[in-house]
Amino acid sequence: MSDTIALLPDGAQPSADGFGGTAANRFDDAVAERASHGGHAASGPRGRSWFARRPAAAASLLWLVAVIVAALAPALLAPGDPLAGVPAEHLQAPSAAHWFGTDQIGRDLYTRVVHGTSLTISAASLAVAVGVIAGSAIGLLSGFAGGRIDAVLMRAADVLLAIPGLLLSLAVITALGFGTVNVAIAVGIASVASVSRIMRAEVIKVRSSAYIEAARASGNSGARVLLRHVLPNSTGPVIALGVLELGGAILAVSALSFLGYGAPAPAPEWGALVSGGRDFLRNAWWLTTFPGLVIALTVLAANRLARGLDTERTVGS
Amino acid sequence: MSTANASRSNVARYVASRLGQAVVVLWAAYTVSFIVLYALPSDPVALKTGGDASDVTPEQLAALKATYGLDRPLVVQYALRLGGVLAGDFGASIDTGRPVSQVIGEAIPPTLQLAGLGLLIAVLTGASLAVIAMFVRSRALSAFLLGLPPLGVAIPAFWFGLILIQLFSFQLPLFPAMGDRGFASLVLPSIALALPTGAMIAQLLSKSLTAALREPYVDTARAKGAGRARIHLRHALRNAALPALTVTGLVVGQLLSGTVVTETVFSRPGIGRVTATAVQQQDIPVVQGVVLFAALVFVVVNLAVDLIYPLLDARIALTSAPRLRRRSTSASRTASPVRTEAPAPVIDAVLEEAR
Repeated sequence: MSDTIALLPDGAQPSADGFGGTAANRFDDAVAERASHGGHAASGPRGRSWFARRPAAAASLLWLVAVIVAALAPALLAPGDPLAGVPAEHLQAPSAAHWFGTDQIGRDLYTRVVHGTSLTISAASLAVAVGVIAGSAIGLLSGFAGGRIDAVLMRAADVLLAIPGLLLSLAVITALGFGTVNVAIAVGIASVASVSRIMRAEVIKVRSSAYIEAARASGNSGARVLLRHVLPNSTGPVIALGVLELGGAILAVSALSFLGYGAPAPAPEWGALVSGGRDFLRNAWWLTTFPGLVIALTVLAANRLARGLDTERTVGS
Repeated sequence: MSTANASRSNVARYVASRLGQAVVVLWAAYTVSFIVLYALPSDPVALKTGGDASDVTPEQLAALKATYGLDRPLVVQYALRLGGVLAGDFGASIDTGRPVSQVIGEAIPPTLQLAGLGLLIAVLTGASLAVIAMFVRSRALSAFLLGLPPLGVAIPAFWFGLILIQLFSFQLPLFPAMGDRGFASLVLPSIALALPTGAMIAQLLSKSLTAALREPYVDTARAKGAGRARIHLRHALRNAALPALTVTGLVVGQLLSGTVVTETVFSRPGIGRVTATAVQQQDIPVVQGVVLFAALVFVVVNLAVDLIYPLLDARIALTSAPRLRRRSTSASRTASPVRTEAPAPVIDAVLEEAR
């Protein structure tokens, strides 16, 4: 674990180096970067800013490592059975024995949250994979082919952007039916349009560079240029976007599972746990508070880390 | 005389092309929702009969399918339903048998109240947070304020609503926890609904304010002796607020889809509840109606913004034509930079961030 944390300063190094150059250039770049990539509007003095924010980045990483451990090996963090309750201990407030308290049939809430991690996180990851893979494929084709194909694909993306993401997901769920996998696919489909637009913009930037011209001129086929030269050079922003989308995907998956479209009842999906505590708001505040807090912290950490990974494209964070 | 005519015909052409685009987007939204809802494998009729085929004969099933036109080839269904939509007929709910237009029409007023107050709260808090964060001299306070929007984006809206109920309905009995009974019952839901939108507005506005404060006209204003408040509010905010206007459609769409969760949490009637119930029942015509309604709202809002924008910002030239006749005097008074291109990149970035 300490190794992973030690990686962070190296990973963030480009940002510190990026502060070189003349002040005027840097400001222009900063404005341009923010304008084109929606970077984080940082304030405060540079240099100090990065160091001041480092604890937050380290804490985010630590939290995400814990979340990943909970997803892969929940028994390490919570050895109990998430589905077995002790009726005598129902609706107990948080204590040393039950960190997050217990629910109406005496199940330990902490154990349920830990064991629900894999469902929620894998659904969110699947959603991001669907969105990034489909979106990249469309964006790549659109940007590389240009002309009529480009026009048609991008108009289609515009239409998808005209429908709010959640409603699009709900339409897909209506057609596919309920369940964690369907929820993940639905959330992924809702993000295809925005990913494809970013990929297309990147491909168009790469396509006009000298080495692509050189690859073309030396007799490579279109497909080879596309896959061997354009694709590897345009994936950077999409990967950063994928990490950024993870936070949003966790939120969307939890919201849909809160609404009851995810895994059926006893499964401890995070959103479903919050929903399960709704009937006990008055006398068992912990049932909604803790699962929701875990969702919020995970999304916050994922977004923070995505910004950290994005340092090459974002100045000042 | 001739220039006035020319500019009037330009305006007419601009309006016509925007209208045409809007119609195309609506048609495409219909097509997309049709493909998703009807072409993907699903069987709403089997669901209506409980999925339990034992008490329903195949003949009855077929008859039910025929009632809803689900037995026809897809292309025929597509054409028939599109024809119906053009005539204002959005089909009937499979669940209740009532016309979809009626189901949605009844749900609009309560949602309009909720979303209207939510929009007001989101714009006021988001904008004042961004302005104050830029205005205060204390770096720590500014950093704290700028740290709030990322938090607002990360908090699940459904959870925030439940926490509000816990705090302000149960701990302090100030507002009702649920239902639709007067203004008091509107307060908590609209705050919950406004959270992600307000956070987005704050992020967008602080970004464009940062950029605006670095523009040369700010130096000019400062050199002329303008005070800090005047520079921030009269010069920077006015110029920074313009690009924010273009995300109005996105903001409204976000509020509309946010009502699905908010109205469920607070047990309020409205579009969101209709949607949640329809998805639960796999009531395809109603879900399609809601998707089309959302697309219509988005298109109308964007159309309005497109038509108003050139009046507010004289720098926006109407499609390679001479500028709109009404040259904005406010722009020259605030010494805005002379640029011809719209400040699109910021908006694109925020759009992508928000999705």
